[in-house]
Amino acid sequence: MNTTQHAEAEQLAEAFDLFEDWEDRYRFIIDLGKQLEPIDPTLKTEAHRVHGCQATVYMVPRIEKPAEGDAPIIHFLAEADAAIVNGLIAILTKIYSGQRASDILAFDIEGLLGRLGLEEHLSPTRRNGLHEMVKRIRATAQRADPSQA
Amino acid sequence: MQQMTPQQSIALNHKRIRAEFPALHQQVHGKPLVYLDNAATTQKPEAVIDTIDRYYREDNANIHRGIHALAERATEAYEGARTRVAQFLNARTDREIIFTRGTTEAINLVAQSWGRANLAPGDEVLISHMEHHSNIVPWQIACQQTGATLKVIPIDDHGQLDMDKLDELLTEKTKLLGIVQMSNALGTINPVATITRKAKAVGAKVLVDAAQSVPHLGVDVQQLDCDFLAFSGHKIYGPTGIGALYGRLELLEEMPPYQSGGDMIKSVAFDGTVYNDPPYRFEAGTPNIAGGIALATAIDYVDQTVGLANIAMWEHELLTYATEQLSQVKGLKLIGTAERKASVLSFTLDFAHPLDAGTILDRQGIAVRTGHHCAQPVMDRYGIPATIRASLAVYNTKADIDALVVGLEKVREFV
Repeated sequence: MNTTQHAEAEQLAEAFDLFEDWEDRYRFIIDLGKQLEPIDPTLKTEAHRVHGCQATVYMVPRIEKPAEGDAPIIHFLAEADAAIVNGLIAILTKIYSGQRASDILAFDIEGLLGRLGLEEHLSPTRRNGLHEMVKRIRATAQRADPSQA
Repeated sequence: MQQMTPQQSIALNHKRIRAEFPALHQQVHGKPLVYLDNAATTQKPEAVIDTIDRYYREDNANIHRGIHALAERATEAYEGARTRVAQFLNARTDREIIFTRGTTEAINLVAQSWGRANLAPGDEVLISHMEHHSNIVPWQIACQQTGATLKVIPIDDHGQLDMDKLDELLTEKTKLLGIVQMSNALGTINPVATITRKAKAVGAKVLVDAAQSVPHLGVDVQQLDCDFLAFSGHKIYGPTGIGALYGRLELLEEMPPYQSGGDMIKSVAFDGTVYNDPPYRFEAGTPNIAGGIALATAIDYVDQTVGLANIAMWEHELLTYATEQLSQVKGLKLIGTAERKASVLSFTLDFAHPLDAGTILDRQGIAVRTGHHCAQPVMDRYGIPATIRASLAVYNTKADIDALVVGLEKVREFV
């Protein structure tokens, strides 16, 4: 975990701590999703579709080629047709997008989801969808920086 | 509970009916449970739970072989359950009842046993656009294996079968017609007796998927005149992992085994095996004995304790009420508005994705189903990825519907 990821994770955890009931927590997640940058409709192709969730999810990764000697940086846009899933995508974006492949692979996502109480609040189906997105991000990172595999 | 007569108002006895189902009396996320996912599976009454408990505590033994008292008790109860299923479906003999794991296994049995033995290139299998995957995929596989072709009867915007197209598609090439009696995704009730008559006229065999209809309507295989009929125990207040296939005896006698192993044989030698008679020919291995016995208890509950006529009457009243109430929800669109339908309210919201709605309803203790309901072709027909489905059972009340409507307004606030 690098310092940005650490700060984002802290901020999320603190925000989640503020909410005592599920309603506020869900509202917060939905609001996070509303801030997501939309994906260009032409990029919503089968290759960018993430399966494993009841919602329709697209994720478009972009690898920033590093200067000599630097690690590649992974950016991605993602979008779902369901509001809560969009919020979960926003959380993943905060943690992962714009990060070095090595930091993406080193990040303890399970720990964060546990800390946010998301593991316990999400149904197994939803968790499955979330894990599919994380898998897709990690696979992109591994492709970008095979030395991390 | 004593049997109720149809003259009594079912609504008056709701307290008693609900008291029979322990799972209904719990809180979910701190709210009283409102269970509206009955098309997926129903809750179980005390009587069914007690039967399973008693079997394992007192009678547990393998059936058909043992000479000892427990084996005899278990065999008697299991075969008694077969007789009860036969009687419930009005089969001619209990030899026409094969215990399976459920509807899906029953249809697979017909596809793999009857289908592989009787289908050939040039033959056609006809199903409808409103089938769930369990009555599509087994036929796709059987057609691939035999060279037969799968044909589909279309449905209209209300979710009703296109009967003119049915007449067009039914030809002498049609060897089997597989049809759902009541759609799990739309609630549509199909005119199965009429369809069977038409299919018989061209010499086709008919399989009825009664998974959804058996708990809500009376099913009489002789009156329907079908060749096969499949249903699951868990949708009729019985346990999971048990169901039954009704098959016309003359057909079962000609059909080869589907799975092999104990109970499906008369004698085994390395140079040849003599298969047992139906239904045992199709029941390889130790079956779900407790499940079979408890299925009979569930049937008693439906058929005698409450009464199918009472169930149908109450559910009809509830469906009418629910349709009215949901129609008041702005932005809600019912999917499946057939003239004859039962127990299922499938809908979309213009303000929320089904997944968000399902999640927010769950937080309010309301259990509905969201998704494609294992009937993706139905969703494709309406150009939607999923619906929210509230499905009713005898223990549901108007208060459950009111809670759903309040819950949906909460969903609107959220998204």
